[in-house]
Amino acid sequence: MLLEVEDLSVNYGHIEAIRGLTFGVEEGSIATLIGANGAGKSTTLKTISGLRKIRTGRVLFDGKDIAKVPAHERVQLGISQSPEGRGVFPGMTVRENLDMGAYARKDRSSAALKPDFDRVLELFPRLSERINQVAGTMSGGEQQMLAMGRALMARPRLVLLDEPSMGLAPKLIQQIFEIIKEINAQGTTVLLVEQNAAQALRLADTAHLLETGEIVRSGTGHELATDSSVREAYLGG
Amino acid sequence: MQFLFDNFFALTISGLALGAVYALIALGYTMVYGVLQFINFAHSEVFMYGTFAVVWVLYFMGASGTTGPAVYGKFAIALLVAMAVSASVALLLERVAYRPLIRRGAPRLIALISAIGASFMLAEAMGLRDRLVGFVGLDDELAPYVARARDTRGLPLEIPRVGLFTIGDYRVTNIDVIVILSALLMMVLLDQFVRRSRLGRGIRAVAQDPESAALMGVNSTRVVQLTFLLGGIMAGAAATLYMVRIGATRFDAGFLMGVKAFTAAVMGGIGNLRGALLGGFVLGVAENWGSAVIGTEWKDVVAFALLVLILLFRPTGLLGESLGKARA
Repeated sequence: MLLEVEDLSVNYGHIEAIRGLTFGVEEGSIATLIGANGAGKSTTLKTISGLRKIRTGRVLFDGKDIAKVPAHERVQLGISQSPEGRGVFPGMTVRENLDMGAYARKDRSSAALKPDFDRVLELFPRLSERINQVAGTMSGGEQQMLAMGRALMARPRLVLLDEPSMGLAPKLIQQIFEIIKEINAQGTTVLLVEQNAAQALRLADTAHLLETGEIVRSGTGHELATDSSVREAYLGG
Repeated sequence: MQFLFDNFFALTISGLALGAVYALIALGYTMVYGVLQFINFAHSEVFMYGTFAVVWVLYFMGASGTTGPAVYGKFAIALLVAMAVSASVALLLERVAYRPLIRRGAPRLIALISAIGASFMLAEAMGLRDRLVGFVGLDDELAPYVARARDTRGLPLEIPRVGLFTIGDYRVTNIDVIVILSALLMMVLLDQFVRRSRLGRGIRAVAQDPESAALMGVNSTRVVQLTFLLGGIMAGAAATLYMVRIGATRFDAGFLMGVKAFTAAVMGGIGNLRGALLGGFVLGVAENWGSAVIGTEWKDVVAFALLVLILLFRPTGLLGESLGKARA
């Protein structure tokens, strides 16, 4: 297991956002957390990347407990996140945003970054057209692509994607999921958080359904997609 | 009004020199605001300590009687020391007065109160002449240097004023040129650092989205420190230029300069480096023109009335926010 979450509980103020979460992500796989708004999916990702404090439980990355590692050092371990609501730097150009993705890397020479730039621009050709555009002036879909591309610039072993399809047109959603598949095929482990359960389950090797902060169903993507209660509640029957 | 027309160039150029000093101090306010969204009110004292550093360094170097190029050399040393002193005060402030609050998630209002407290503490500490000197038992040794801290401290050495060239009917002096050009140079260096360097990009990242910046591996504590450091260096430069121009300081010299510089920062668009420059120049020149028209005693009234006017029509300042949310 590349990532192991053991009995994890996190508070959001006085409210328990997640409780007793246990799941793992196999190296090279795509795992997904699905569930309604407020089920605790984003909190789980933010806890893995260090933005939220653990109340109880453990997060192991590559077998090591990372609870004490501050957020800004986790990217160096190989964990990279594309945040919810995109979180691109609005005043920076596309190129500067991508550069920020490689901020923590040891090899930051432009020669070392070139293959990663090329890879990202190949995955997201749209970004190469807009390379000098200021990110805050781009459409939601473009910002989403930029956030994902930026996360890849760190050359992560595990990439955390928080609602990559949120607010996008159906055609673009399809495209984003194709790209996630491609990112995984190139060797990056993916943990995907999605409200768009149908698409996410089609892609995922393993899937977990969250309801009010707890995992209520786990299985392969296919198993959850064919589970009658999941179908009823999240896939429209 | 006739006085303004008769002395237009003199008023404008000395306004620019004054504005250059405002602008350099304003950078400290605007950068810290950009990163932390809070006003470091004690920044005025960061500046004031710089002015005293200049006085002390020139005294300790035995400056009186110096002539020729050596005068410039001594001021160059004073500049470096003032930058170091101001930067140290700024870093100390960050460490003692703000970081513990920010770490505990205190509201911005609390940090602001802490800033005001720190400001008074620093100013009064500088003004504590008898008690301090008496307490450490160094009356005789230290008296010449600190005993008159509550009074105006004049410089033992001044750069001789030389007219260089004429604009309109005003003979521009070497002091005008030194002050305006050094301030511009410092600002260009800072602007380029923030725009082009990796650390500068880290500063902009934290200003624009602190959580995303952390996800990229930016250590926000270091960025905040760096911001205070840079603001302190700029304030030290401002202090030296202020002493070159005015030649005297007091323990409370920071207050009005600080308020004016803050005004310049807000006027130009708080969080915006180039806005601080523009705001400083506009404020300096407007103050001089205004006092020429309605009288010198109205100088500060003009400055703050202008601030209110500009904010009424452009609430985000002349250039808007930049380090933060808006476009670079």
